[in-house]
Amino acid sequence: MTPADFAFYVFAILVVAAGLFTVVARHPVHSVLWLILAFLSSAGLFVLMGAEFVAMLLVIVYVGAVAVLFLFVVMMLDVDFASLKAEMAKFVPIALLIGVVILMQLGIVFGVWEASDLAAVNVAASREAFGGASNTQAIGQLVYDEYLLLFQLSGLILLVAMIGAIVLTLRHRTDVKRQDVVQQIMRDPKKTMEMRDVKSGQGLG
Amino acid sequence: MEGFIATPVGITLVLVAQCVMIVAFVMISLLFLVYADRKIWAAVQMRRGPNVVGVFGILQSVADALKYVLKEIVIPAGSDRTVFLMAPLVSFVLAMVAWSVIPFAEGWVLADINVAILFIFAVSSLEVYGVIMGGWASNSKYPFLGSLRSAAQMISYEVSLGLIIIGIIISTGSLNLSDIVRAQDGDFGLFNWYWLPHFPMVFLFFISCLAETNRPPFDLPEAESELVAGYQVEYSSTPFLLFMAGEYIAMWLLSAVTAILFFGGWLSPIPGLPDGAFWMVLKMAFFFFLFAMVKAVVPRFRYDQLMRLGWKVFLPFSLVWVVLVSFLAHFELFGGFYARWAVGG
Repeated sequence: MTPADFAFYVFAILVVAAGLFTVVARHPVHSVLWLILAFLSSAGLFVLMGAEFVAMLLVIVYVGAVAVLFLFVVMMLDVDFASLKAEMAKFVPIALLIGVVILMQLGIVFGVWEASDLAAVNVAASREAFGGASNTQAIGQLVYDEYLLLFQLSGLILLVAMIGAIVLTLRHRTDVKRQDVVQQIMRDPKKTMEMRDVKSGQGLG
Repeated sequence: MEGFIATPVGITLVLVAQCVMIVAFVMISLLFLVYADRKIWAAVQMRRGPNVVGVFGILQSVADALKYVLKEIVIPAGSDRTVFLMAPLVSFVLAMVAWSVIPFAEGWVLADINVAILFIFAVSSLEVYGVIMGGWASNSKYPFLGSLRSAAQMISYEVSLGLIIIGIIISTGSLNLSDIVRAQDGDFGLFNWYWLPHFPMVFLFFISCLAETNRPPFDLPEAESELVAGYQVEYSSTPFLLFMAGEYIAMWLLSAVTAILFFGGWLSPIPGLPDGAFWMVLKMAFFFFLFAMVKAVVPRFRYDQLMRLGWKVFLPFSLVWVVLVSFLAHFELFGGFYARWAVGG
């Protein structure tokens, strides 16, 4: 067993185990932490496949940003998870049924899985097309040269989704006092402060 | 000897030795960084600072470290024990891990990977977990508030850090840190470095680094006048030491990254003088000095000011800068000043 094989088994076992613990962990915050471990281990698997750019993106986007937001939300939840779990017990038979059906379908699919003859040709062709370029450069060429329009379109869709979310949640509240930082910085001390010479025992009157 | 290094055992031994060297460098410099930080702070406030242990108090950090290690670890009764103890470890180990890709001189790098700058960015985006886990596991109000502040702050400033780094990557045409330094090599010494073409970004990067490491004036997660010590309130002895060490190591790392990205890494500022690790360490020490000075002279930001600065000032500015740099680099204006890959720099 080469070191790469060994690393593969370590990461693979970690992904599966962390995924399992994500589901069975008692406390939701622990679930999110296990999920983060699963993300990190799958980043390790990507590195083993030679896709170091995708691995780093996975860590930056999913672990560094998405999972942080998950953790935020889960920490803020004030739900009695014991009662929620008890509630969920009612649905176990249905959940089991769905799980078994999906497992069977996956079994059928992977049982007859065969790589097409075209696959090898395509892989060889893409190797040739990008020559010695690292996969970061190859992805950059694909995304920003060949599929520029599609890439921009997908960005536009995300932008629309973001604007939609903002429009749905935006409220103009008039009864709150706001901090206007520019106004605060531009304040003139001469207009807001007055220096007075107070005589002893007399006060300002 | 030559043959032995090529065997699996030899490769492992060499790697372990390199790791030990980097860890030793970071840990020993850490002792003096904490001391230097306190001395600089004291000097600005016209105090003496630590001056009792050793000559000029130089062994103060050693004494402090010993004290931290020998004290009892107190774990609050309502805390989540595992997560509580894991949090300082996470923040220390992650701060340490990023050093594996830092080049100290030509070829002096443990892992010369293609995506080094992304790796550092990924690891520094993970560092927020130490803080969140610590704050949550303490099961107490101040730590929790501190960790929430920290998470929002680190995520906000990561966005502009990322955009600033993209400008550098466009100029270099590579994500490898050694390549970024090599691209800054030229006939004019320090005028070839990226601080000149990317001038305004140097300040943005430095300030974002302050926010990313929770240093004053952005130390809201541990603002002692509001939150006692934020996420560190419940920590004592060795776990606290790990948190503090992690913070200083992250700062030292970002000094190194600033030196590499904008100030030519190991390159000498004056043409003719030999390049080497000496320059790298000197530049890192200079940026650490700036970190310490900022802590001493700048008052703390208010939280809404911090968010406004990150999202409404830094983000648009760095975004516009990325577009500008891409334009200048694509058309190779100013004699390839912004496109080092095109002029073979």
